Amino acid sequence: MSDVYVIGIDMIKFGRFPEISVPKLGATAAHMALDDAGLTINDMQALYSGNLGQAAAMVGQRILGEIGQTGIPVVNCANACATGATAFREGWMSIKAGIYDTVLCVGTEQMGRGLLGGGGGGKKGIPTEGLLGSGTMPAVFAEAGMEHQRKYGTTFEQFAKVSVKNHHHSTMNPKAMYQIETPLETVVGSEMIAYPNTKLMCSVNVDGAAAAVICSEEKARQLGKMDRAVKVRASVLTSDPYQERNLQMPDVNTCTQRAAKAAYEMAGCGPEDIDLVELHDCFATAEILHYGNLGLGKAEDAGRMIDEGETALGGRVPVNVSGGLLSKGHPLGATGIANIYEVCTHLRGEADKRQVEGARIGLTHVIGLGSACAIHILEKTD
Amino acid sequence: MPTNAAEGGESQGLLPIVPFLKIPADGDPYIDGARCKSCSAVFVGERETCSSCGARDKLESIKLSNDGELYVFSIVFRSFPGIEVPYVSAVVDLEGGGTLKGNLIGVEPDPEKIKMGMPIEVVYEKAPRKDAEGNEYLTYYFRPKA
Ligand SMILES: [Zn+2]
Repeated sequence: MSDVYVIGIDMIKFGRFPEISVPKLGATAAHMALDDAGLTINDMQALYSGNLGQAAAMVGQRILGEIGQTGIPVVNCANACATGATAFREGWMSIKAGIYDTVLCVGTEQMGRGLLGGGGGGKKGIPTEGLLGSGTMPAVFAEAGMEHQRKYGTTFEQFAKVSVKNHHHSTMNPKAMYQIETPLETVVGSEMIAYPNTKLMCSVNVDGAAAAVICSEEKARQLGKMDRAVKVRASVLTSDPYQERNLQMPDVNTCTQRAAKAAYEMAGCGPEDIDLVELHDCFATAEILHYGNLGLGKAEDAGRMIDEGETALGGRVPVNVSGGLLSKGHPLGATGIANIYEVCTHLRGEADKRQVEGARIGLTHVIGLGSACAIHILEKTD
Repeated sequence: MPTNAAEGGESQGLLPIVPFLKIPADGDPYIDGARCKSCSAVFVGERETCSSCGARDKLESIKLSNDGELYVFSIVFRSFPGIEVPYVSAVVDLEGGGTLKGNLIGVEPDPEKIKMGMPIEVVYEKAPRKDAEGNEYLTYYFRPKA
């Protein structure tokens, strides 16, 4: 089976674009990725499109409607917040399988503002939100964070420091939604949404799109693209196995631990080899959980890791140097490919002020609640 | 000690807020559950297939306990329009198996006042909401044990 390489990848600056259609957002990112690869839509043998909000509306075909209806096969993916990564992985599998040698993967999302999750209550019955607990995402991830506090004594301030770090990182990323220094007192003092998550500890709902052109090793060599190519050393997708509580309390830990283990095995490396990580900080509490889940440190050390700056730019293993979902923004279907873009940019040495010096291997991680976990391990090409 | 607000037939005439809250004509309301005879996993509500071991037709219907302990919580200050805040969203492990999510009442919405691991009981009360047809509902809450 051929190795798979990213030869073109890009994302639009995340923001709020209510006047631009979803296919147009995706088309813009697709053009940017094609330009980065120096190829055109006529070179693509298939399109893997990820979008959640319009999952039933053939977004991939409508993207081709904007950039060229070449008649190639299109697969539309929806997998909660793992949607973009799932689309990327479907493309990766098609090349691994030898079906195609060059494909396009696009992740797109246009978000409303406000809370995700919860709700309920049709014409019959009454809404259960606020009577039978909360199904809102801030509360669900608050409860997941409280489980970490219960087990390891992690504090509210330690959770909040994740947001301080990621907002700081985003000041160096022109494609992030926000570039605003956000000190601890601001994070802690912002509106409490669901304890321990304040407003500034919740990811930003934004519109966005990201796209990647991936190909086989033979094709990358034939096209003369190896100098900036990034090798996909592992691509793993898991769902959450049965856990005693996970029908009432979604489990984002076990599926991440399993995906990480499988990804390190596939890549033939370990967490000590990872130079940077883009992980799913949909809420500040979530990032803390994943330090242990991804093997970046022991679970009980996660609070200390954030205290001592181990996961900040310049630290032992920088996490979310893009600004993360907390400040770069979280357009659900685009996030998984945007994370891969960030890591590729560092491996190519093109990340400017936020460059992780000497980065050779990076890891991306997303979680779709319900649950789906996708991990990719990417390596610089010599 | 009777703590059941719906005791004495007060729950009669009310609809259950969720299908797994059962209101027998001749007894107290309870949370319906299922236990797998193959692997002993316990679930909230009726089931035909076990998601732990995959066994089919091995699930027996059981009444879940009204006693349990607080596993984790969050205090919700912002919710959807029309939902009164703050409230404490709680995940509770029931004695004998089964995990239930609901509102924890009878506590101040202050993280210093809520202890993970504390014993709680499930209580049943009329919900403070009606549906579009004016029907009234029975809901459950968690309350710290004295
Ligand atoms: Zn079973």
